[in-house]
Amino acid sequence: MRDLMALTARDDVISFSGGLPDTSTFPPGFFTELMGRVATGSIAKALQYGPTEGLSDVRDAIALVMEAEGMKVDPDAILTTSGGQQALDLVCKILIDPGDVIVAEAPTYPGAVPTFCSYEADVIQVPMDRDGMQIDKLREELAQLDREGRRPKFIYTIPNFHNPAGVTMALERRRELLQIAGERELLVLEDNPYGLLRYEGEPIPTLYSLDSDFVLYAGTFSKILSPGVRIGWLVAPPPVLRQLALGKGSADLCSSSISQYFIAEYFQAGPWINYVRSLSELYRRRRDVMLDAMAEHFPREATWTHPEGGLFLWATLPDYIDTTDLLARAIEEQVAFVPGRAAFVDGRGGSSMRLNFSGVGEDDIREGIRRLGEVIREQVGLYGTLTGNAHPERRATGLGPADPSPVPTAPAAEAHLDNLRHLTRKRAG
Amino acid sequence: MSRVAVLKGGRSLERQVSLNSGARVEESLRRLGHEVIEVDVGHDLVDRLSADRPDVAFVVLHGRDGEDGTVQELLEVLDIPYTGSRVSACIRASDKVLAKHAMHDAGIPTPDFFAFSETAFRSLGAAQALPAISSRLRFPIVVKPASQGSALGIKFARAESDVPTALIAAFSYDKKVLLERYVAGRELAVSILEQDGQPRALPIVEAVPEEESFYDFESRYEIGRTRFICPAELDPAVGLQVQNLALDAYRLLGCSVFARVDLMLDTETSEPFVLEVNPIPGLTETSLLPQAADAAGIGFDDLISRIVAAAS
Repeated sequence: MRDLMALTARDDVISFSGGLPDTSTFPPGFFTELMGRVATGSIAKALQYGPTEGLSDVRDAIALVMEAEGMKVDPDAILTTSGGQQALDLVCKILIDPGDVIVAEAPTYPGAVPTFCSYEADVIQVPMDRDGMQIDKLREELAQLDREGRRPKFIYTIPNFHNPAGVTMALERRRELLQIAGERELLVLEDNPYGLLRYEGEPIPTLYSLDSDFVLYAGTFSKILSPGVRIGWLVAPPPVLRQLALGKGSADLCSSSISQYFIAEYFQAGPWINYVRSLSELYRRRRDVMLDAMAEHFPREATWTHPEGGLFLWATLPDYIDTTDLLARAIEEQVAFVPGRAAFVDGRGGSSMRLNFSGVGEDDIREGIRRLGEVIREQVGLYGTLTGNAHPERRATGLGPADPSPVPTAPAAEAHLDNLRHLTRKRAG
Repeated sequence: MSRVAVLKGGRSLERQVSLNSGARVEESLRRLGHEVIEVDVGHDLVDRLSADRPDVAFVVLHGRDGEDGTVQELLEVLDIPYTGSRVSACIRASDKVLAKHAMHDAGIPTPDFFAFSETAFRSLGAAQALPAISSRLRFPIVVKPASQGSALGIKFARAESDVPTALIAAFSYDKKVLLERYVAGRELAVSILEQDGQPRALPIVEAVPEEESFYDFESRYEIGRTRFICPAELDPAVGLQVQNLALDAYRLLGCSVFARVDLMLDTETSEPFVLEVNPIPGLTETSLLPQAADAAGIGFDDLISRIVAAAS
């Protein structure tokens, strides 16, 4: 899969495979102004090493960002990291020995899979439905672990606009998860890169804001400002934070000082939330364009999620289509996605795909989804021919879906995503 | 010293492998004192070659465009000497169906097979013949794209119900697919290198997968996922038979300078079967041709030097 993924970066490919925010929207003049201020006011410090835990101005800015999502946090409880990815790595570094159990969602963040695997964790993935991690299934897994005399080191979750599934954990589920964490004294790693990128519906309190006792909180500037600055953060109880800081010191001493001074100037320059709002509006439109295009071009056998925010949606095809192989065909048509298998540790997800809508312009989204729909329809049709069960294919009319009725259940669907199949499809027009 | 253009990368699905092979070849060429022109093959290939006019083009492209004669044809037109097999051999070898028909007709043992285009299923009702095909080949059946290199898109069908899914996967890579009888046995590779204009078989490499039930695409190129034994531990008479068979296949398809022939040695009958001939085998750290050459006392630089010297 890795070799196929290398091809998705080609210039001539419309790629829905990245997790890319659209950084082209940041005003160049504003960037010049901010970096000019860094140069005139802090050049020596910006070019120097900095404190391991991060600049105090940056930790103050992080506290502001968290406050915008209803979280009160002491800046001293924050460890600045080199992107959210380092936050995951550090948590594993201090907590995981080979064979230790991590509980994650199924599917989970594809970037977490190699991190967890590199620490030789035993990752147990709990199914999700449209309301996020299924807590009854979590209880079953924990009970099974009890019987085996094992205990997870932490539960990893992306409650808001999940990557890759695109779903959001319901409030009641959040409370239940925290109740389990409290009863069992289990740590929960809440990864929240997208919480401020909400396009519809009301915000749901973060796990950390509901009960911070057993929650390690990971955030990032990657999706609300820039992934290029490589600045994320962790919030943790003091004893854990000290260990994390030691781990960070050994990993890279400190995160980029230049980036941190840039962020500090950015937050002093004005209402940072306005840029987040402009991104949200841009991504909301792109999400809608993608959903409309999928309704128009994907065959009726396909189903997908309707994310209320974030960057991704998750589509599931009939189980006779392997999306890793389909990617090879799609690349021929110069369009790409992430095969679902990347979001599992055990080979599941073979008929699913993650599609990113934030990093691609509207025209390219329409064209890319049209091409993708064509190759999927081609394979659905071929399967019908091969098995003698040819379905009449729904043809695109160019005016919207010919049949905008609820999505039928795909044949022989994978059980772990059954409930994701019936999410509302946005109607075109 | 020559100016050598290393043609690598390209649009094929084996792009990354080609880039890895290319980087290794470039290092070697520099050690040998050649001037290296790195060319990631794309739309500007002809312009670049016309402008640079290298003395030799070292082709390390795998898969589509590079191994199927396309780039070789362009080099013929541009009158630039290039490494390895000529256009016609590349066309014959890279199309597994053509190659297998040629081998079958010439009496070179290759697993029984049937080949179909997507059109045969869509327009000619070939699906109706699947039960007959299955009973002729017997399960498990290997289903693979006709022209893809490595193991991309290769699936096992263990029962009739697996065949449609395996076909869908294979058709993701090519418009033509092979359904081939599975030979359970040892996976052998015979690399061939010409010396004084005569093809000679290098020591046989046996590939033993460490984890996978099948020698898959990723394990071919990742250190540690497949164990290679070179020279393979074989009865000398069997080893000689395998090498001679590989040479027969190489000559039959008209290959030049070097190639790698993949075979299966049937566990039950000890009978060797040729699976395919690769006119531009990998030259990465884990590739089999360099391993075989090394076992024959030919270091990587020596190998590259011989290949460049034989360019025409």
